[in-house]
Amino acid sequence: MSGPPTSRRDLVPPVSEDDAEELYQNAPCGYLSVTPTGTIVNVNDTFLRWTGWERDDLVGRRRFAELLSPGGRLYHETHYMPLLQMQGQVREIALEVMVPDGSRLPVLVNAVLERDEVEAARVIRIVVFDATERRAYERELLRAKERAEDSERRARSLARTLQRTLLPPSTPSIPGLEFAAAFRPAGEGAEVGGDFYDAFQVAADDWVVVLGDVCGKGVEAAIVTALARHTIRAVVVGMHAPSQALSALNEVLLRQDGYRYCTLAMARLQRRPDGTWHATLGSGGHPAPLLSHPGEDAVPVGGVGPLVGVLDAVEFVDREIDLRTGDVLTLFTDGVTEARRNRELYGEDRLRRCIQRHSESAAAVVDAVLADVVAFQGDNLRDDVAIVSLRLLPT
Amino acid sequence: MDVLARHNVTVHGPSDGRPLLFAHGFGCDQNMWRYVTPAFTDEYRVVLFDHVGAGPVDPAAYDVERHATLQGYAQDVVEICDALDLHDVVLVGHSVSAMIGVLAQAARPDRIGALVLVGPSPRYIDDDDYVGGFSEADIFELLGSLESNYLGWSSAIAPVIMGNDDRPELGQELTASFCRTDPDIAKRFARVTFLSDNRADLADVSVPTLVLQCRDDVIAPIEVGRYVHETIPGSVLTVLDATGHCPNLSAPEETAAAIADFLRSVPARS
Repeated sequence: MSGPPTSRRDLVPPVSEDDAEELYQNAPCGYLSVTPTGTIVNVNDTFLRWTGWERDDLVGRRRFAELLSPGGRLYHETHYMPLLQMQGQVREIALEVMVPDGSRLPVLVNAVLERDEVEAARVIRIVVFDATERRAYERELLRAKERAEDSERRARSLARTLQRTLLPPSTPSIPGLEFAAAFRPAGEGAEVGGDFYDAFQVAADDWVVVLGDVCGKGVEAAIVTALARHTIRAVVVGMHAPSQALSALNEVLLRQDGYRYCTLAMARLQRRPDGTWHATLGSGGHPAPLLSHPGEDAVPVGGVGPLVGVLDAVEFVDREIDLRTGDVLTLFTDGVTEARRNRELYGEDRLRRCIQRHSESAAAVVDAVLADVVAFQGDNLRDDVAIVSLRLLPT
Repeated sequence: MDVLARHNVTVHGPSDGRPLLFAHGFGCDQNMWRYVTPAFTDEYRVVLFDHVGAGPVDPAAYDVERHATLQGYAQDVVEICDALDLHDVVLVGHSVSAMIGVLAQAARPDRIGALVLVGPSPRYIDDDDYVGGFSEADIFELLGSLESNYLGWSSAIAPVIMGNDDRPELGQELTASFCRTDPDIAKRFARVTFLSDNRADLADVSVPTLVLQCRDDVIAPIEVGRYVHETIPGSVLTVLDATGHCPNLSAPEETAAAIADFLRSVPARS
């Protein structure tokens, strides 16, 4: 049924009869039709204009893959064609079309494989989009990703290097004592932690062992860690008691910029002329060291005391003990006792039992505690773990 | 990890049939063979697997050191044969797996009794008189195009790749992972595939061998197929009418027929 022309119809722009053909030829994308074996059988003007190829050079003469850069040809054979044959289509494949003048046109390609009624491949229709600017942007993205990965690698290696400077380079050897220590950073060790330990000689038969934990992580914490470690080394020379050294460190930390404090356990170990050992223990807000002996319960020795670097004019106290042959003194950070598995805390009881079981040697204690804490948390440490153990050897 | 799980090994056909082990090439996975294998499952024990890093196999099975050479991949093939206790295997290797098959055969002639090499190339890069078809620069360009095509590959896809525990037939979820590989593994596999030189290994082949060559293959040109045929003593060369590098997909009937012809000519060991 046809009615008389309405005025409304006059508003519709004139549609020419060759519109479909014109759309094909001048569409804002390249069109190609190729046989299942790849020979080009049809191509539109847009593709020719973008690439500079002549229609006669392509139709019936070249295969689509031949227009691609060598790397693209390999990709075409190993990915594009298998995908097209298996799935009937491919989308957003990034390729480069070789242009007669020798340059390359970055493109994004979508293609569909048409099959006839008996499922035999009939024709592949390809749409090509100019992706010059997008590709440049993608290259920027890739470069940025590479740079980010690089800088992460550098940061990790810097953290590891820095961490090493906060620990003794090798296990100290103390005549008459067996010394063992372990440190494991939290997570994957990407950040430098705040746990540290140190052992050094003050005079003949006079040694200091210290283990501490600076609050926080990262470079800021590392600076305070280094400060604490070196301050202790410097001040103990003139001060006999750990409590004096802790007071001095307290003042130093209070005077530094920032609000970093630390906890610290310290033992001064001295051998008397008769060969017996005496220990003076001091603690600044740190879990008390555990003293164990084969066949006996491990017990905490020394108090906890105030945090170091928080309050002015705090009092630290010393605890004196005599060590027997076979005694094992273990210092540890809260990364051990406060390790968690879901809601369960590792706790001091479990630590004591672990130490008791292995108190035949300092190395056995350190290895066993570290392995137990790591296993408890399923290999993923939430906090740094530092352990130092000393055993009095028979004379 | 269990070898059969590591390689997503699937076995079809009669258990007392002669083993026919299909090895896919660089780019996709065992589904490359899905149009060819039906021709053999009545008579043969058809074994399919994915190389580590391909298909739905857990990327964690990829070992940077072991898989830095084709020997590592050949070792995988040998382990699959050992795990299934296969004897007198006919190994059908496509593309890079043709050379992996050559290495596996040399390592375990007791297990592998015949080879079918589909589109083999012992070296892709031209070298003096030898025509491989590519320059070194071309290969590095491929690595670049892998990179740009994996730009859209995100970690969100990884669970789909690994999550096919129940190994469905090629359904939506599997097509989604077909030809998708962890980009880092794909680049490493491309490197070992296209930078290897296995020309000297061809002489070690000691079993009946069929070289299946496409008439027109830009990855493994016919000169290369001839070279392989001439270098492997006693091998048979069949030139397929198919074009491209994947006759197993573009001309599965012709490919299956050529393999069947060859199988009839190589009696099983008694």
